[in-house]
Amino acid sequence: MSRTRLTRDDTMKKCMRCTKPATLHITEIQLGQAQVVHLCETCAQKYLSSTEVGGMPSMQMEDDEAVSESEAEGAALAAEEVEEDSPEVSCGGCGITFKQFRSVGRLGCPQCYTSFHDDLQSLLESIHQDTQHVGKCPPQTSANTLRHHELMRLRSELKASIERENYEEAARIRDQIQVIEAQAASSGESPAE
Amino acid sequence: MLDFEALTKSSGEWLKGVGPESDVVVSSRIRLARNLDRFPFPPQTTDAIRGEVEAVLRGPVVEVLPPGSMGYVRVDPLETLDRQFLVERQLISREHSEAKGPRGAGIGPQESMSLMVNEEDHLRMQVLRSGLALDECWQEINRIDDELQQQVNFAFNEEFGYLTSCPTNVGTGMRVSVMLHLPALVMTKEIQKVFQSMHKMSLAVRGLYGEGSQAMGDFYQISNQMTLGKSEQQIIKSMQQVIPDVLEYERRTRREMVKENRSKLHDKVSRALGILQSARTITSEETMHLLSSLRLGINLGLIDGIEIPTINELFIHTQPAHLQKLSGTPMESSDRNAARASHIRLRLAPVEPTSEGA
Ligand SMILES: [Zn+2]
Ligand SMILES: [Zn+2]
Repeated sequence: MSRTRLTRDDTMKKCMRCTKPATLHITEIQLGQAQVVHLCETCAQKYLSSTEVGGMPSMQMEDDEAVSESEAEGAALAAEEVEEDSPEVSCGGCGITFKQFRSVGRLGCPQCYTSFHDDLQSLLESIHQDTQHVGKCPPQTSANTLRHHELMRLRSELKASIERENYEEAARIRDQIQVIEAQAASSGESPAE
Repeated sequence: MLDFEALTKSSGEWLKGVGPESDVVVSSRIRLARNLDRFPFPPQTTDAIRGEVEAVLRGPVVEVLPPGSMGYVRVDPLETLDRQFLVERQLISREHSEAKGPRGAGIGPQESMSLMVNEEDHLRMQVLRSGLALDECWQEINRIDDELQQQVNFAFNEEFGYLTSCPTNVGTGMRVSVMLHLPALVMTKEIQKVFQSMHKMSLAVRGLYGEGSQAMGDFYQISNQMTLGKSEQQIIKSMQQVIPDVLEYERRTRREMVKENRSKLHDKVSRALGILQSARTITSEETMHLLSSLRLGINLGLIDGIEIPTINELFIHTQPAHLQKLSGTPMESSDRNAARASHIRLRLAPVEPTSEGA
C-alpha cells in the first residue's frame, strides 16, 4: 500500500520551505485526506529523511537532529578518551582485559561484548561504520525486536536512497517505515508473540 | 569417515567451471560464523573446553549435513599432509588446519559445503558454488543455519547480533566472496582501478594463491568487509550490484586485447600450453601463471580441445599436498616440481592447435 505519491516537474510553484522553485510534489494521504507538499530538491531530501507520521516536519525537529548529531560526536570523543586511561576491567566470563583483547585481536567469550560494551561500540563503529545488528535473528527473537531491526534497516536504506537522489524509492521506503511504526504503536510495543 | 583416496582422484562441484558468468567467475562462497553461547571462543581456551565444544556440535553438524555428504572428520589427529590437502581443497581454512586442540569438519555433498568446528569461532559454515550463484549459496547456508538453531543456542545479542571471536565478523557473521579470473585486467594493469573502486565500497580484494599481495594466476577474491549494520540480503545485493561491472570490465579488456593484438595473444597462450605440455620440472608459481594464460586462451576460443574443468582441476591438483597424495609418497620441493610437470603432461596430452589466423 502506498500512502505517499511523488511527482516531479518544474511548475512555477515555490518551495513551501524556502524560496527556491519546487521541483518535487509529494502527496501524502492520511485518514482519507490528501495533502500536497511542494518542495525544492534540498528541502525534499530533508522532508523525506524525516519519517514522522503526520505531514510537515517542523523546524523544531531539525534543531533536535542537529543537537543529537553533535551530542553523538561528543560521545564518540569521550569514548576515545576513556579508552586511553580506563582502569583494567576484566570480563566476568573469561577473565581477559580490554588491553589483552587489543593485543591479540580476539575476544575471550561472548560475554566480552557486554563486559567491554562501550569500548567495543566505538571500535565497531570504526570497523563497520555501524553498531546495530539488523540481520538475521535466532528463532526465539521477539516480534518487537524484529520490528526494531526492520525499522533500523529501512532507515539506513532510506538514507542511502536519498543520498542516491532516488526520491521515488525514498518515498516508498518511508511508507514502509510508517506502516511498521503504526504496527508497533497498535501492538503497544508489548512483548507479545 | 572421509575417504581421502576417493577425494584425491576427484574434484569438487564448484570446480566444474559451468554456472553463470563462468568465463570470469570461478566460484561463489558464503560463510557464516557462529558460537555457542555458554563457552569461551576457541583461540582463548583450553583443549578440555575445545573438546566439550566439539562434543556438543559434532552431533548437530552431522545431522544437518545433506544426503550424499562426505561426512565428518576429526581434523586434530590428521597428519600435516592430510590437513594441508584439505586446505588446498578449500574444505577447511588454513587457520583451521593450524588451530589447536579438538576440532573437526563436516563435508557436504560434492565438496560444496563445509562446517568447521573450533576454527576461530566454534562453528564456521561455508557453501560453495561454481560461477556467480550468491542467492543459491545464501539459501543453502541459511537453511543449514536454521536447522542448527533448532538444536543449539548461538551467542547473540540484540545490539551486536551474532557474537564472534573477532569483532570484524560480528553481526551477521557473514562473509560473501566471489572468486574471479581477471587475466586481461592484470595484463593491462587496469586491475589497480578495480582495487581502488572496491576499496571505496569497503570491499576487500585478495589474491587467491601465494603469499603476500601478489596474486598467483590472476585469481582474485572479492568479499565484503562489513558484517554489522546491514542485513544478509543487503550485503549480498551490494555485491551483486558491483560484480557485473568488474565482469564487464574484464570482458571488454579481453575483447580489446583480441582486437588489437590477436596474434601476440594467440602466441602467448599457445606458448603457455607448449610449456605445460613439455616441461620436465615446473614450480607451483609458474604453473599458476601458465594455467591462467591457458584458461584465458580457452575462454577466448584461441585454444581448442581442452575443457575449463580440466584447468580448474589442475590448479588444485598441482599443489604440494595433492601431488604427494596422488603419488603416495612425501616429496621434497625438487621432486614435487618433477611430479607436477609429469602430472600436467598427462592431463594435457597434445591437442590440435587452432589454425593460425582463424
Ligand atoms: Zn526548499
Ligand atoms: Zn569474555
